Amino acid sequence: MKSYRTILLGVIAAAGFGWTAQAAEISGAGATFPYPIYAKWAAAYADKTGIQMNYQSIGSGGGIAQINARTVDFGASDMPLKPDVLEKDGLTQFPPVFGGEVMVVNLPGIKPGQMTLDGPTIADIYLGKITKWDDPAIAKLNPGLKLPSTAIAVVYRSDGSGTTFIFTDYLSKVSPEWKDKVSEGTSVQWPVGIGGKGNEGVSAITSRTVGGIGYVEYAYALQNKLTHTKLINREGVALEPSIAVFQAAAAHADWQTAPGFYLILTNQPGKDTWPITGATFILMHKKQDNPERAKEVLKFFDWAYKNGADMTKSLSYVPMPPSAVAIFEASWKQILGPDGKPVWDGDAF
Amino acid sequence: MTAETAGVARISLAKGRAGAIGDVVFRALTFLFALLVLLILGGVIVSLVAGAWPALRTFGFFSFVTSSVWNPVTEQFGALAPIYGTLVTSAIAMLVGIPVAFGVAVFITEICPIWLKRPLATMIELLAAIPSIIYGIWGLFVFAPFVQQYIQPAIIGTFGQIPGIGMLFAGPPLGIGILTAGFILAIMVLPFISSIMRDVFETVPPMLKESAYGLGATRSEVVWRVVLPFTRIGVLGGVMLGLGRALGETMAVTFVIGNAHRISASILQPGTTISASLANEFTEAFGDLYRSSLIALGFILFIITFIVLAIAKMMLLRLQKQAGN
Repeated sequence: MKSYRTILLGVIAAAGFGWTAQAAEISGAGATFPYPIYAKWAAAYADKTGIQMNYQSIGSGGGIAQINARTVDFGASDMPLKPDVLEKDGLTQFPPVFGGEVMVVNLPGIKPGQMTLDGPTIADIYLGKITKWDDPAIAKLNPGLKLPSTAIAVVYRSDGSGTTFIFTDYLSKVSPEWKDKVSEGTSVQWPVGIGGKGNEGVSAITSRTVGGIGYVEYAYALQNKLTHTKLINREGVALEPSIAVFQAAAAHADWQTAPGFYLILTNQPGKDTWPITGATFILMHKKQDNPERAKEVLKFFDWAYKNGADMTKSLSYVPMPPSAVAIFEASWKQILGPDGKPVWDGDAF
Repeated sequence: MTAETAGVARISLAKGRAGAIGDVVFRALTFLFALLVLLILGGVIVSLVAGAWPALRTFGFFSFVTSSVWNPVTEQFGALAPIYGTLVTSAIAMLVGIPVAFGVAVFITEICPIWLKRPLATMIELLAAIPSIIYGIWGLFVFAPFVQQYIQPAIIGTFGQIPGIGMLFAGPPLGIGILTAGFILAIMVLPFISSIMRDVFETVPPMLKESAYGLGATRSEVVWRVVLPFTRIGVLGGVMLGLGRALGETMAVTFVIGNAHRISASILQPGTTISASLANEFTEAFGDLYRSSLIALGFILFIITFIVLAIAKMMLLRLQKQAGN
């Protein structure tokens, strides 16, 4: 008898928890590149509205697979889908933030920002043509810096990644040999090097392997106190990574005319432009079975656009300018409920 | 018959009938469980083959298994690099793990003082209780830097200089790679092999060992000529168990193998295994051919494990026949 009562109480309690949990949660999955800022927004949004945003950073390829399988409310990818793929899969995409990637190295005695690299040299390192740190090509970019003759340990992303897509897109633009041999993609055939899983894996392996070099999102380099390098941009200027130089890359972005907002902002012109930058994208279905949940997702991103700028900058991501936000929110009219009416009615905070 | 004995007789007859029904139910239930296991196995095989079919049909089974290209951009996939990595890391794990496990087992059964036996045995078994992902994390954060700073330079300096086999130990010391993964696998299979060896060593009749000692044999001669031949079937079983574990181990290997779809002559270089490739790439593989190629890798691992088990069974049968003689 006593056991029956406890079981009954347990079932009621579980049902109670289940009921509250279901009412207030939206889920997304995908890119590891923007994971720190999505997590920060989610925490602040939950404090304000009580609605939990659950984000799993499994990689851009995973995000695309999960949104196609409709297991999550939105997918996140650093690689924008091409307009014909969007059409075919019935998706729409928009970018909530923008970020920069930096090269990180692990050499004893080299401090953050002390070393300078440029696109063609990085391409040659990742092709395996430059194998030691004291190679003349690297020494030429770093006069006066004492480089050891340690072997270079190239580190890349072993999982399907939009961070990789942005990086390989940049290398394809600056090195015809890279474009020919490897090309760009979320997962490529790396000629040399070791793979780590996620931005986290690349950070961990690079920081623990003497002579390592890897590419990570700037927030990871800052938070894990990695040794980043300066990069020489298209105009030949060596730059330190910062929000200003990332923002300069977006200055020329013409979102209005790009179908599906398919713009890849690497190697952009401008003296103050950081060479490896990219927007990250949110993917949603154009036909929504559950308009309430879709509206909650759009309310979250609307809140993030309008109130999340300080949090964005605190983690060294770049918020979208208000003019661009207006263009993105206008595109939300494409997201329709089962009755054919747009889910988003401009209901702002 | 009195009322009492009639009552007792009725009860025992009723129990007998209930016992008979219980017996039938028991047989049916156990048969059902066995059938369920077979059905699950069949289901797994069928879904593996169905998932792998697009890739195997596109590339052809033979060329899929012999190609080492793994290019998601041009959608060209080949299983040679993961197969090579799986076999080589397991081989290293066996080469390092079996002698150490043998030494541990011999020490505990023959040489160790009685008060030390229990605690030492328990500590070795605790190695098996450590979750494999902890081995992976420990490997990445502690073991790999240690290997990079001390062990690999020593190997490159000594074996790497010998012409011919120096090629096997060439390359910059990266820390993570096939050798490190092999070492960690050796540590992981050690408790399994050593505990089975220990158990079978203890079954050797003391009379046999004492007779050998009585004839003037040294301790090592007793171990090699008396204990080991007597227990060879059990030892082989333990080794096969360890090998099965090494072939399929995923998380520990994924952290320290370096995830490079390449075959290098040197074991100090990074590589990949079938399970590490699946763990890294499966959730994010998009494109049917990519996903199908990964499932085909899983199917190949299934075949490899099956072949290893079949060889083990054959060897055991042969040993048993010899023992019969």
